[in-house]
Amino acid sequence: MSLTNADVRKVARLARLAMSATEIETARAQLSGIFDLIAEMQAVDTTGIEPMSHAQDVSQRLREDAVTETNQRELFQSIAPQVEAGLYLVPQVIE
Amino acid sequence: MFNSSLRQLGAALRAKKISSVELTQLYLDRIAQLNPQLNTFITVNPEMSLAQARAADERLANGDASDLAGIPIAQKDIFCAKGWLTTCGSKMLHNFVSPYDAHVIARFNDAGAVNLGKTNMDEFAMGSSNETSHYGAVNNPWDQTRVPGGSSGGSAAAVAARLCAAATGTDTGGSIRQPAALCGISGLKPTYGVVSRYGMIAFASSLDQAGPMARSAEDLALLLNVMAGFDERDSTSLQREKEDYARDLNKPLNGLRIGLPKEFFAEGLSCDVAQAVEAAIAEYRKLGATVVEISLPNSKLSVPVYYVLAPAEASSNLSRFDGVRYGYRAPEYGDLADMYEKSRAQGFGAEVKRRIMIGAYVLSHGYYDAYYLQAQKIRRLIAQDFTEAFRQCDVIMGPTSPSTAFKLGEKGDDPVQMYLSDIYTIAVNLAGLPGMSIPCGFGANNMPVGLQIIGNYFGEARMLNAAHQYQLATDWHSRAPQVL
Repeated sequence: MSLTNADVRKVARLARLAMSATEIETARAQLSGIFDLIAEMQAVDTTGIEPMSHAQDVSQRLREDAVTETNQRELFQSIAPQVEAGLYLVPQVIE
Repeated sequence: MFNSSLRQLGAALRAKKISSVELTQLYLDRIAQLNPQLNTFITVNPEMSLAQARAADERLANGDASDLAGIPIAQKDIFCAKGWLTTCGSKMLHNFVSPYDAHVIARFNDAGAVNLGKTNMDEFAMGSSNETSHYGAVNNPWDQTRVPGGSSGGSAAAVAARLCAAATGTDTGGSIRQPAALCGISGLKPTYGVVSRYGMIAFASSLDQAGPMARSAEDLALLLNVMAGFDERDSTSLQREKEDYARDLNKPLNGLRIGLPKEFFAEGLSCDVAQAVEAAIAEYRKLGATVVEISLPNSKLSVPVYYVLAPAEASSNLSRFDGVRYGYRAPEYGDLADMYEKSRAQGFGAEVKRRIMIGAYVLSHGYYDAYYLQAQKIRRLIAQDFTEAFRQCDVIMGPTSPSTAFKLGEKGDDPVQMYLSDIYTIAVNLAGLPGMSIPCGFGANNMPVGLQIIGNYFGEARMLNAAHQYQLATDWHSRAPQVL
């Protein structure tokens, strides 16, 4: 399967990855090779086969709706790139 | 001391022949001497390790009899350990000092083991050669121009070079078994759900499983006894009775039925690996096992299926790295989207970006049915092949990897060639089965060959029994590379 540079640019945007024109071109060639490998799947007849999303057929466990964690805001924020007054700082998003 | 088994080390510690502080210092000295050439550790922190060793010595003085008390274990840098730099092999986490312990780390701490340091790995566990690490490649101690395998390459090389008593790894598509094979050590990936994934940095959540890496099957059993067990913080952790994985080690192998998948001995397998594996099977016959040919007809599809499912899960899991709460943030950016895009572009390496993009593509509008859903359906066919095969046999055996360790840089430019080196291991993850690799000889250039043993669900004790009996009859597992 051959991808176009526009396909790669779209995917990079979806994945929030900044890419230069050269990087797009390299990625296009490599991803096309990988999709050729993946294309082997398409020939398989899977009519009536249930998708397997998980290794074990177990149902989701539920727990009591109770507070179990303690507040560790200061510890967690001590490793953040930018914080102020207990808040994570990012560029302004609302005018 | 560096060649002692975990049981021997434990006995020496309890008999006061050596203290945990002395043992830890011996390993730290050896790491200081050899790590510059092998690059197996990303972080060593003698102060923290020795503090744990001192605490272990106190426990031992008070009569602590747990198997691992005072024993220095290397931890793959994918496990969050409180107060330790935890990078996952990535620039994205170059400054991430974990504020909490992974379940696996907590279990080792509770058992009195000493964290000897954090081992090198492929970035976010995505790789089969350890060359995608931001912290540089690991050199295989058997031949330093060759790769140790990946992604748990640092752990495998550290165990092989006797830089730790044992280590941990994680296995999403072969990341414990393949490096174990390429470095001539033993490694076990348990049944999915046996070891908690809490605090283990996520790659592909439906496939990721942690396991032990060591010099023998007996050591693996003792380590798995500590690592396994229910944890409510992992929604896929299984609630089961506690098991002693060493319980069957000494059972004879009379009547053990070994299945050999014909697809694992076909085109693509190197002659030297085939010869060593066939010799191992002959040894098993001598030990009383019988052999039956089986077929895993859909296993050839495991690589394409894996390269849809694992990237899809990874693209979702790695969306958390956005430069806001922890990790790398680009030094210069404009608006919020620009900050995300630049932080991720600069923080992730090429292979990780490639997989995130594959994942984003296969999950994007219009392609979901053709890729993701189709891959999930074939995943079931692959799992059903194993269910069918286990009607005829107790364990499945074959090669772990199609070749011995390849040269550093040899497969660097071709991701597809690299992906195919996991052709015999990936199907096991897709099915959620336990798998292990043990040394079974040497191939071309005197590089180690691994024998893969695949068990049925929760068949770890049986696999360890088969591996231990083989290791009593052979000495491949006790061969060590000349690294000095």
